[in-house]
Amino acid sequence: MMNTMVHVEVPAADRGPAADRAIKVVARGVNVHYGEKHALHDVDLDIPERAVTALIGPSGCGKSTFLRCLNRMNDTIPVARVTGRIEIDGHDIHDPELDVVQLRARVGMVFQKPNPFPKSVYENVAYGPRIHGLARTKGELDEIVVSSLRRAGLYEEVKDRLADSGTGLSGGQQQRLCIARAIAVSPEVILMDEPCSALDPIATAKIEELMDELRENFTIIIVTHSMQQAARVSQRTAFFHLGSLVEEGPTETIFTTPKDRRTLDYITGRFG
Amino acid sequence: MTLLYFATLLSLVAAGYYFGRSRAAAVSQAALHSRPAYHGAFVAIAVLLPMLAVFAVGVPLAQRLAEAQAVNAFDPALAGDELRRGAVLRDIVAVAAGRFSGEPSAALQRAAETYRSLRSWSDALLIAGGLAFGLLAIAFGLRSLSARFRARNHVERFVTVVLFACASVAVLTTVGIVFSVLFETLRFFERVSPVEFLFGLHWSPQTAIRADQAGSSGAFGIIPLVAGTLLITTIAILVAGPIGLFSAIYLAEYASPRFRAIVKPILEILAGIPTVVLGFFAALTLAPWIRDSGGLLGLNVASESALAAGIVMGMMIIPFISSLSDDVINAVPQSLRDGSYAMGATRSETVKKVILPAAFAGIVSAFMLAISRAVGETMIVVMAAGLAANLTFNPLEAVTTFTVQIKTILVGDQEFDSAKTLAAFALGFVLFFFTLTLNVIALQIVKRYREQYD
Amino acid sequence: MRTLDLESEAARARVRARYRAEARFKAYGLIAIALTALFLVIVLSDVLIKGLPAFTQHYLEMTVKVDPAEIDPQGTRDPTVIASGDFQALVRNEMRAAFPEVRDRAGRRQLDGILSTGAADRLRDLVVADPGLVGQSVKFSALLTDDADLYYKGTGTSIRRRGGLGTAAASATTGDVTVTSSAEDFAAELGSVKQVLAERARVLRVEADRVRASLRSQEAGRVALQQGLAAARAANEPTRVATFESRIKDQDAEIEQLARRVAELDQQADALQARATGSGDEALDESLPSLLVAIDGGLVKVSEVGRSKISGTVLLPPASAGEAAPGAWQVVSYVTPEANRRVSDREVAWLERLREQGLVQRRFNWAFFTSGDSREPELAGIRGALVGSALMLLVTLVLCLPIGVAAAIYLEEFAPKNRLTELIEVNINNLAAVPSIVFGLLGLAVFLNYAGLPRSAPLVGGLVLALLVLPTIIIASRAALKAVPPSIKEAALGVGASHQQAIFHHVLPLAMPGIMTGTIIGMAHALGETAPLLMIGMVAFIVEVPTGLTDAATALPVQIYLWSDLPEIAFQSKTAAAIIVLLLFLFVMNGAAIVLRKRFERRW
Repeated sequence: MMNTMVHVEVPAADRGPAADRAIKVVARGVNVHYGEKHALHDVDLDIPERAVTALIGPSGCGKSTFLRCLNRMNDTIPVARVTGRIEIDGHDIHDPELDVVQLRARVGMVFQKPNPFPKSVYENVAYGPRIHGLARTKGELDEIVVSSLRRAGLYEEVKDRLADSGTGLSGGQQQRLCIARAIAVSPEVILMDEPCSALDPIATAKIEELMDELRENFTIIIVTHSMQQAARVSQRTAFFHLGSLVEEGPTETIFTTPKDRRTLDYITGRFG
Repeated sequence: MTLLYFATLLSLVAAGYYFGRSRAAAVSQAALHSRPAYHGAFVAIAVLLPMLAVFAVGVPLAQRLAEAQAVNAFDPALAGDELRRGAVLRDIVAVAAGRFSGEPSAALQRAAETYRSLRSWSDALLIAGGLAFGLLAIAFGLRSLSARFRARNHVERFVTVVLFACASVAVLTTVGIVFSVLFETLRFFERVSPVEFLFGLHWSPQTAIRADQAGSSGAFGIIPLVAGTLLITTIAILVAGPIGLFSAIYLAEYASPRFRAIVKPILEILAGIPTVVLGFFAALTLAPWIRDSGGLLGLNVASESALAAGIVMGMMIIPFISSLSDDVINAVPQSLRDGSYAMGATRSETVKKVILPAAFAGIVSAFMLAISRAVGETMIVVMAAGLAANLTFNPLEAVTTFTVQIKTILVGDQEFDSAKTLAAFALGFVLFFFTLTLNVIALQIVKRYREQYD
Repeated sequence: MRTLDLESEAARARVRARYRAEARFKAYGLIAIALTALFLVIVLSDVLIKGLPAFTQHYLEMTVKVDPAEIDPQGTRDPTVIASGDFQALVRNEMRAAFPEVRDRAGRRQLDGILSTGAADRLRDLVVADPGLVGQSVKFSALLTDDADLYYKGTGTSIRRRGGLGTAAASATTGDVTVTSSAEDFAAELGSVKQVLAERARVLRVEADRVRASLRSQEAGRVALQQGLAAARAANEPTRVATFESRIKDQDAEIEQLARRVAELDQQADALQARATGSGDEALDESLPSLLVAIDGGLVKVSEVGRSKISGTVLLPPASAGEAAPGAWQVVSYVTPEANRRVSDREVAWLERLREQGLVQRRFNWAFFTSGDSREPELAGIRGALVGSALMLLVTLVLCLPIGVAAAIYLEEFAPKNRLTELIEVNINNLAAVPSIVFGLLGLAVFLNYAGLPRSAPLVGGLVLALLVLPTIIIASRAALKAVPPSIKEAALGVGASHQQAIFHHVLPLAMPGIMTGTIIGMAHALGETAPLLMIGMVAFIVEVPTGLTDAATALPVQIYLWSDLPEIAFQSKTAAAIIVLLLFLFVMNGAAIVLRKRFERRW
């Protein structure tokens, strides 16, 4: 049985309990209903700051649903109803005082399929700063765009094509453009919903590298289908199954000595 | 005669079907390639086609022959004179049918007699011919039948051809439209130069009724009509553009399903109101109201102001713009909305900065289709706009449009071949090609737009 | 990297501004929808308000003695003889008998004009159907003309009555009379007349001031011209001098004319003002509310009013010329001035009298649905138009449905993917957007001029409409065929059906509800279409109801168009009523389409 298991090498620097890091996001008793359907049951989860947390599990297990709770994207679905408490830095995100528009500025998101706006590369990145009034002058805006593209590792590839349409880039470039777009408003948390599922292995590798760099400044939560990817990029992993959080802990622990039978079955490929 | 022929045709077809089927049914079923009904149908088709052909070729031929002989009997010298020949022919036919008013001359009587006897001969010949062909076809069809005969394949090939013919009706219609306006337009351009037609500043076809004035200078310039059409269309788009677009945005981005379910039918009802009803409203309610309220403000408003027609036409195309834009906006992928919301954009920011730019091409094409609809709309302007071809851009004055002029010229008695009548076809020609061009471009844009997001 | 500021006051203000923009934007959408709904409501209620009265009609209950001398002097009792009898005279005589005081020609003509010519026709029909009625008194409902009908529907005038305070005495019972009251019964009316005079005087003075101003500017212009003339003289330029001189002459003529006009206006205004402030009697005219005195069963129309005495003419004769006690006589006013209504005071008096006698009945106007067009609004009906539309739709349906479905099947199932097919598809899409009037041109050029089919015939109308709605039906049918999942066809093919068998036995029946829905919507579209029918001559005035496909006919929307063009107010109402009928048909058809769609909607 052990030899069918995914072999995981965790870098030494990343070892260590979650307790070493401050907790950024706290979820308590989160339930989500889509109309009649109960999509997420009572999820309690702590997410540490400046680390990558991976949410894994079979299709339809609720991991994306949970992710969309964190920046209240479920608000855009008319039939969705979210209950429970989610705090970021101790502030309840459902607090009527807190504005969803501001929340989303603090919690960026990258989607499964690259979704650049049908505008120029520059305009794509400048979109967030513009709507949030982040830059007062054109110079400031230019600076934000360039530095965001740099941090997304895209600048060198597109610096001559800033005025070209964002939809003309390759898939991997588009996804990095979306990441640049997300970090242009300097969010504290970045949510990634299977960001590499539409990309080829080389583009995937680039994004994964990028995530590793970004976690120095951002709290990253990634939903992924690929256990290898979770093992490669994340420091902590949470396993969801049938709408419940089954198990959560340091990535190494989850992949080597899971406590729950279902986790073991999943990571050994019994289902998925 | 037609009735008799088709009765014969139908009974022969029925007989063919019956014999074919019973012949096939008599054979052992196992050996049969096609079911008996197909054998019957095969024979029926074998009868139908030649008989239809006989009719289609025979009737015009007999008609032509009888006419030629009758005219010849009346006065052989007439053959070259197209106009008089036509007039005489009408008289001959009237006498032959016994509904000639007045006392026919002896020559006319003789010609009518020739015509009548020729027609009855040819009728008898046609029916006999059809019968003969039909019977031959039954014999041929029955002979081809055998157990291994692939009747179904033949019948299906025939059906495919019929289906294709039906699909081509649309093309034939277009060809018909093009030719019917094109020929008359070319004849019109023999009298009035195209340059004068396209760039002339005066439109008054009435002056050309007198023969010596036909095509007299300055009477057939379409610029005032272009200006009038443009003015009314502009007003219509100014009304319908914002209203249609904003309601589409609201329905697509804000409305709850229940609100949509209420509003959609309102738009559909509005779209379903015949334009003659809207024209009635424009002419008898809105136009007087605008004139009176203009009077209160000290404005001199024509009772057939472009404003009234334009506003009502705008109302007509609101559902059009709204439903097309709604489709276009809904075709923008959800991922773009999600991307924008996830950046912390509000709904209106998302609409203004992401959705509308993404849907721009589609919305442009919706507007183009709406413009084409407004330009070609007839009843509202016929009832609410004026007849006088004023070259003005003042919406309070009366202007006239292409469709109004076509209708005015062609309704009632027209003498054929006068420049005035032909001018209507020339206007139709311009109208057709203008709207066609707009449509083709708009549909092309929509198609490319859909491909982009599919 | 700059961090996002979300806490400061400026940031909060920015967010508030963004939400205000959001609310504004949302409001624009709601306003747009509200405007659309409002317009729909206005159009529909306008049509309803105008059209509903036309569904009822007023009749006069008459009893006419069918005089054998007029109708059937020989006593043949032969319906053809009876039919040619002068029933018009019978009916008119009956009316004259009811108002014997009307002797003048104009009055008699007005009296004849109260009954429609349809009234005599009704009586004729009754007697022809039962010749035994000759010599008897026949009771029947006589149709009123449109003006009388409209008056009873309330478009004439409102009537005010108040009892007289003094004792009134009329000088005579016919012709010109004076009525004197012992009290100042007419002071209020005299006062309001004087008020109107004062107002007219004021308007005249305003006009006089306007003319005076233009007079002054003309005089200023003359001074300028004079200077120009002097300059020209000084420069010794004879041509310019001549021009100036002639212009000054014109100017002088103009000034003189204006000065005359000012004087005239002032004089008129003064005269009016004097009458308004004075206490003399005043004459009434058509532009003032009509004043009448009802006394002893009669009615006197006032032509001159004083404080306690009026003079005027008798409209309905009083029983006697005696005195009437206070309260036993009345001061009546018809509020709408005579000039502003279609019925004269005299007719109002007759119509009111007839109503008081209980002879006027309001009934549902069946004739609207059972008769053809007419020049007389009260006789015009939509039967011809309805039958014409029905015949046309029949032709359209018979042509369109098979051809449309066949074309859709071909394009959806059998067409090879080649340029010809693509051409056909592009063609159909564009044909759907060709202006309908162009189809009319096609019909005119091809069906009428080339093929020689009869003008104004439902056959040609149906052909044109068929071409017009064919694209709609093809597109709808294709959508319906496409909605049937391929698995159905594959299943049929799997058990050995040929491609055509699979389509005709399995796919087509399943697509039928969708096709029918599309067809009904296409037919509704055809029913409301007008413009192409105008081109093929369906605009003639046709009284007979068509009986065949080649009879001259009109269609419902064309009838609406024709009626909307007529000047009579009663036709406006008829037009709106015809629109109501048309809209009802359309709603029923579209409703049927919706029901069909709902009932057979299948989620695969």
